[in-house]
Amino acid sequence: MYKIETKDINLYYGDHHALKNINLQMKANTVTALIGPSGCGKSTYLRLLNRMNDLIENVRIEGTVLIDNKNIYERGIKIDELRKKVGMVFQKPNPFPKTIFENVAYGLRVNGISNKDYIEERVVRSLQNAVLWDEVKDKLKKSAFELSGGQQQRLCIARALAIEPSIILMDEPASALDPISTAKIEELIYELKDKYTIVIVTHNMQQAARVSDRTAFFYIGELIEYNDTKEIFTNPQNQRTQNYITGRFG
Amino acid sequence: MNKKIKQQTAFWIFRIMSAIVVLFLVLILGFIISKGIGVISWKFLTMMPEDGMTKGGIYPAIIGTFYLVGGSMLFAFPIGVMSGIFIHEYAPHGHFKNFVQLMTNNLAGVPSIIFGLFGMSLFVNKLHFGDSIIAGSLTLGLLVLPIVIRTTEEALRSVNDSFRLASYGLGASKLQTIWRVVLPIATPNIITGLILSIGRVSGETAPILFTVAAYYLPNLPTSMYDQVMALPYHLYVLTTSGTNIKESRDMAYGTAFVLIMIVLIANLIANALRKFLSKKVKMN
Repeated sequence: MYKIETKDINLYYGDHHALKNINLQMKANTVTALIGPSGCGKSTYLRLLNRMNDLIENVRIEGTVLIDNKNIYERGIKIDELRKKVGMVFQKPNPFPKTIFENVAYGLRVNGISNKDYIEERVVRSLQNAVLWDEVKDKLKKSAFELSGGQQQRLCIARALAIEPSIILMDEPASALDPISTAKIEELIYELKDKYTIVIVTHNMQQAARVSDRTAFFYIGELIEYNDTKEIFTNPQNQRTQNYITGRFG
Repeated sequence: MNKKIKQQTAFWIFRIMSAIVVLFLVLILGFIISKGIGVISWKFLTMMPEDGMTKGGIYPAIIGTFYLVGGSMLFAFPIGVMSGIFIHEYAPHGHFKNFVQLMTNNLAGVPSIIFGLFGMSLFVNKLHFGDSIIAGSLTLGLLVLPIVIRTTEEALRSVNDSFRLASYGLGASKLQTIWRVVLPIATPNIITGLILSIGRVSGETAPILFTVAAYYLPNLPTSMYDQVMALPYHLYVLTTSGTNIKESRDMAYGTAFVLIMIVLIANLIANALRKFLSKKVKMN
């Protein structure tokens, strides 16, 4: 059984056909990398999985997206429940202008949790899981804006972990970070795999190769090739995949 | 002319123009302060006018202006902020939103005397409030509504969308996102709207002319259906239609001084509040 299954997905922004007949399945506790040149639809595909595209006007979606065998585009689906289950980390670190503690607690609070001890426990656990605890344990009441970019991004990951999702979507999570911070995020992704299913969009081929189990190559709205990461990078079946990963275009 | 000279010339023209703006402000302030400060005393601020408004103080006009500022803000601020939130956060792009925005802009362009006459015919006559604090406050409130709406919209627009996305991504609803994330960030800028409105309201004369302002009252108001004296109208009376214009000239300068100080102090308080709130939302 798959954790995520997308069947015959077609997505339009107005007249623009942004995703064409995408069929893609992902198993639980794997890391899937989505690669491809800018505008290929990989980020659009990612946002399909937590219905973030709903926020864009004029978007039309056809097909089914099954998460834990349930169609998330069915009528009557509670979007807040979905987004609790499918957490998201964005390209640029975007902590709220609140304290470090409140950033992590936010997801719990908006989901109706008010038990103080429980919130505190979750915040600590999430910061530990995001490997940020040792760096911030003495300044939980300080503004999140005082952290470095890499720390902010790990805080955003902690924030996503706090509401105990089973899937984490990452949209180029390290593209705005320096190499050391990037390495830390990649290590973190590797550790999180045990508990979560991770889908990551990346522009960085080495990163895709390092962190993912499976890789999907998108090109102008189409899924060109989807296979084990090792296969994609050592033995691509499609000429366009080969051209892209060898840097002939992108 | 070479590039460098052109640049220098342009730069100096800009600099001189800005200096002219400051110069006029300084002139006006300097004139009022130099003429008015000698009049200011505890008595002037706390006593009723005496001897046909040539002596005594302007206490009732100060109180009246405070009531009108407070009353109009009580009305315009919540309505304006909520409209601004609706227009920017909720209204779908389309005819209704465009219409509301167009009307808001038009409302901002209506001359204040029209507001005065409108307030008189609606609040004073039709709704039978009579010349009263409530009629004057509502009229002034209408006048500043567009300012509050527009600054609220601007404040919300300046909140980076990444904060909204992060909030939605954590399962927050739209209302939760606005209430817990967007508004705290936007509040310092919304306060700017409040500052501008207070300055505007305390100085407006035309809207209160037919709705609340009294030439002279021996007593302070006891309810919101009473008339009040107000600083801008009192100033007008003292300079153009008092019992003895020459004799009350000093009183007029003193009144102008107090009016300017009230606006100045309101701005300073609001600025401090704004800084405090910025710090509280941990923007830095």
